Amino acid sequence: MSTKKVDIIFDAGCAIIDVLDKGLAMSKDEVINEIINSGLKGRGGAGFPTGLKWKFAASEQSDKKYIICNADEGEPGTFKDREILTKVPEKVFVGMALCSYAVGAEEGYIYLRGEYNYLLKDLQPKIDIFNNQMQQRGHKFIIKVKSGSGAYVCGEETSLMESMEGKRGEPRNKPPFPTVAGYNGKPTVINNVETLVYTTMIIRMGSNDFKALGTADSSGSKVFSVSGDTPNAGIFELELGMKLNEFVEEWGDGDTKAVQVGGASGHCVPRKNFDKTIIGFEGIPTGGSMMIFNSSRSMYNVLKNYLEFFVEESCGQCTPCRVGCQQLLKGIEAIKKGEKSPAYLEDLKKLAESMKIAAKCGLGQSVANPFISIADNFKEEIIY
Amino acid sequence: MVNLKINNIPVAVEEGTTILDAARKLNFRIPTLCYHPDLSIAGNCRVCVVEVKGARLLAAACATPVADGMEVMTNSEKVRSARKHVVELLLSEHNADCTKCIKNGKCELQELASEYRIGDHVFLDLVKEECKIADISSPAIAKDDSKCIRCQRCVRTCSELQNVNALAVIAKGDHQHIGTFLDKPMHEVVCTNCGQCINRCPTAALSERTYIDQVWDAINDPEKHVVVQTAPAVRIALGEELGFDPGVRVTGKMVAALRNLGFNSVLDTDFTADLTIMEEGTELLTRLKLALVDKKEDVALPMFTSCSPGWIKYIEHMYPTLLNNLSTCKSPQQMFGSLAKTYYPQKKGIDPKNIYSVSIMPCTAKKFECERPEMRDSGYQDVDVVLTTRELAMMIKQAGIDFMKLEDQKCDSLMGDSTGAAVIFGATGGVMEAAIRTAYEIVTGREIPFENLNITPVRGMEGVKEASLKIEGCVPDWSFLEGAELKVAIAHGLANAKILMDAVRDGKAAYHFIEVMACPGGCLGGGGQPIPTSLEIRQKRTEAIYAEDEGMPVRKSHENPEITQIYEEFLGKPLGHKSHELLHTHYKKRERY
Repeated sequence: MSTKKVDIIFDAGCAIIDVLDKGLAMSKDEVINEIINSGLKGRGGAGFPTGLKWKFAASEQSDKKYIICNADEGEPGTFKDREILTKVPEKVFVGMALCSYAVGAEEGYIYLRGEYNYLLKDLQPKIDIFNNQMQQRGHKFIIKVKSGSGAYVCGEETSLMESMEGKRGEPRNKPPFPTVAGYNGKPTVINNVETLVYTTMIIRMGSNDFKALGTADSSGSKVFSVSGDTPNAGIFELELGMKLNEFVEEWGDGDTKAVQVGGASGHCVPRKNFDKTIIGFEGIPTGGSMMIFNSSRSMYNVLKNYLEFFVEESCGQCTPCRVGCQQLLKGIEAIKKGEKSPAYLEDLKKLAESMKIAAKCGLGQSVANPFISIADNFKEEIIY
Repeated sequence: MVNLKINNIPVAVEEGTTILDAARKLNFRIPTLCYHPDLSIAGNCRVCVVEVKGARLLAAACATPVADGMEVMTNSEKVRSARKHVVELLLSEHNADCTKCIKNGKCELQELASEYRIGDHVFLDLVKEECKIADISSPAIAKDDSKCIRCQRCVRTCSELQNVNALAVIAKGDHQHIGTFLDKPMHEVVCTNCGQCINRCPTAALSERTYIDQVWDAINDPEKHVVVQTAPAVRIALGEELGFDPGVRVTGKMVAALRNLGFNSVLDTDFTADLTIMEEGTELLTRLKLALVDKKEDVALPMFTSCSPGWIKYIEHMYPTLLNNLSTCKSPQQMFGSLAKTYYPQKKGIDPKNIYSVSIMPCTAKKFECERPEMRDSGYQDVDVVLTTRELAMMIKQAGIDFMKLEDQKCDSLMGDSTGAAVIFGATGGVMEAAIRTAYEIVTGREIPFENLNITPVRGMEGVKEASLKIEGCVPDWSFLEGAELKVAIAHGLANAKILMDAVRDGKAAYHFIEVMACPGGCLGGGGQPIPTSLEIRQKRTEAIYAEDEGMPVRKSHENPEITQIYEEFLGKPLGHKSHELLHTHYKKRERY
């Protein structure tokens, strides 16, 4: 067995604007049903079924609705959206336009990570051309860009909307969900950059062809950002549902001891579990980040690095995340220095479990993923 | 209706009800910290998390609406564990020097820590040393970040109720804190000292600056003649700190307690509230005359009340172009202060330098007001020190006075007489009502045409109230007002004041007179009043205020015998020379940043 490379996202073999026309010629329900039938799940990491999201927003009655493309790619180890926006931005625009058609929205926003502002020089003229093309087709839809300011939490959809509204980027209480009350309190579809490209390509290739790839739970393919101890770092589109050992065989350096799947907020898989781990929604889902560590790496340092990141990037709003992250970081430091006993690691794991279910948003909830997976699998490295 | 089960007990509630409220209906108390009935829902402390069957995550009970068929567990293993963790985490970033703390015994975090039997801290102490130095730059409000649990109740108070936004969330992660613009000291920012944040802070991160020791020192100083004045709203709320339910009037007990504490003379701010009506009412009528008869164009109308020092500082920061609309009258506290060191010692044969003037206020902004440089017209600082209702209660406890058993006593005479009109200064709309009772009678020679003198249209908890009164049958001096319709408006809470001020600024408000009180409900909801506060509590205090009014033998300011006396003996006439010197002042523009 080996991983299966796919060429959908970056495939340049078609006129993208034709896909738009194909979609606009379909009925709204047909568009939504195609996406639902494809089984596409959000590629940002959380994996909510995209078609359902569109359907929910379409069923809302409102004078205004919005489409937002989440380009706040902030997960450590993820760098695929930048590549997509550089190479095939038109596919993103078409995805947004198809969504706007399906749900009845007239305004779309690309929320661009602050650090990616340099992309605008090339991106904005392309957006202007696309907006013109939309106007020519008599379909009322315009894409604008809003720039983020570098907060990790603003990749979380409701924080992103707060930020777009000019407020402090902090997550909202859910419900209501964005499809009911999102940006400016109006029904909003927010999709990841990559997800939107797939919607374009599903309309082009048909949902059945898309579904033929991957597995029942994880249909289609996914763009992976591979980094770390690998001779072949970069961006690769692979069919979902592969086993981690297949991946490591191809990208590892022969001495891989662990792979952090899904970035800092993802899970750390040790070598002994490579053959048991499926990359996909039935196993470990990922926004695309695959960080490979070989045996020269200290997993204590890896965990400490992640926790330092979360301590800094927690918005600070909710207790479990704001204080919990600090306690986890200072806790492992104290164990390392001998100021706390090794048994304290168990207290910290229990704390992480509470954070997982009690934190307000995905940021705080997911800190437990790296913490528990590294603490469980590399306990000795943490303690000694 | 939505049907759900909480702890296996079925309950039906209206759609949109939160889990928290549904549980309360079944008498299950879910602990809260960031929740406050006066504020929007934040859902950030996470202490109210509950388990919903089938859900991956715990739900914040305060922020989660019920759904049909929902099965909620408020005390499951998962819930207890997470909730205990939340309390432990909050304690780990909290300076838990409880025995030294002003909120000892009244702290919501302390209560939870006690409920959850948090003994030794499991987690590491995260309190930053630099935070342990409280900001006491403001004479009214102390801000101690080491006690802050980031519930943001203060931020929401300052923004939603007061529209001041002096406090905001700053920075993120481990640097996240509640701060001011550029983290400037509290006395350098737009803070109005209203103290509403204090009333809603669950810990002692925000508290009043206390001056109890200065008062004890003065009382113990044989050279000093210590006079004390008590504001109208103190007497209907003090009891809450001393074992009574909200809404119980303790006027007589309060006077007795003050005498027991050793004050030389127990007097009443109500006296100068009546005086304010004489001065402010005359000022309004004079402005109307200048505008309507003399056709002067630069008369600033509508005229605004000036009793509330939080409101004064707000308008100085936010609407400096409207400062001329403010009545030039000092607040009753400051009128009292200047008379306590002029008229009072003159009549009593005391050297004014030996007078020490204390006021008991429902207010923290009064602490700032008494230190304003304008408030020294007696030749001394007119009011030496201001204590809140809470601080008075603390003194009474310290002195070992069994408050509940005290026999009622009456204030001393000379600046101790009051009327029902003065008492209602403590409720929103009260100054307006008192002013109308007197002004209408001056202009028409008749009592106001409201049953039992109760001007109900200006009462109540609506944020902005409007009323109008047709003036007919004027006495000759005021015949130019014949047939005129007096239009008034009332706002309480500065967010409501903003609505009125925007309208005035934009020329969209055709009022003659506007009453503004900085605090929700008026002074009875002031920043120095007993904690907790809620609409329900403020309503009970309001009822008590109006009951106090109805129980007074005299209910119109101009009929207060001591008021007649002071004009005859000392002041001459309203807006006269002496009044201008002692009872009126001016205001200044303040920057917003």
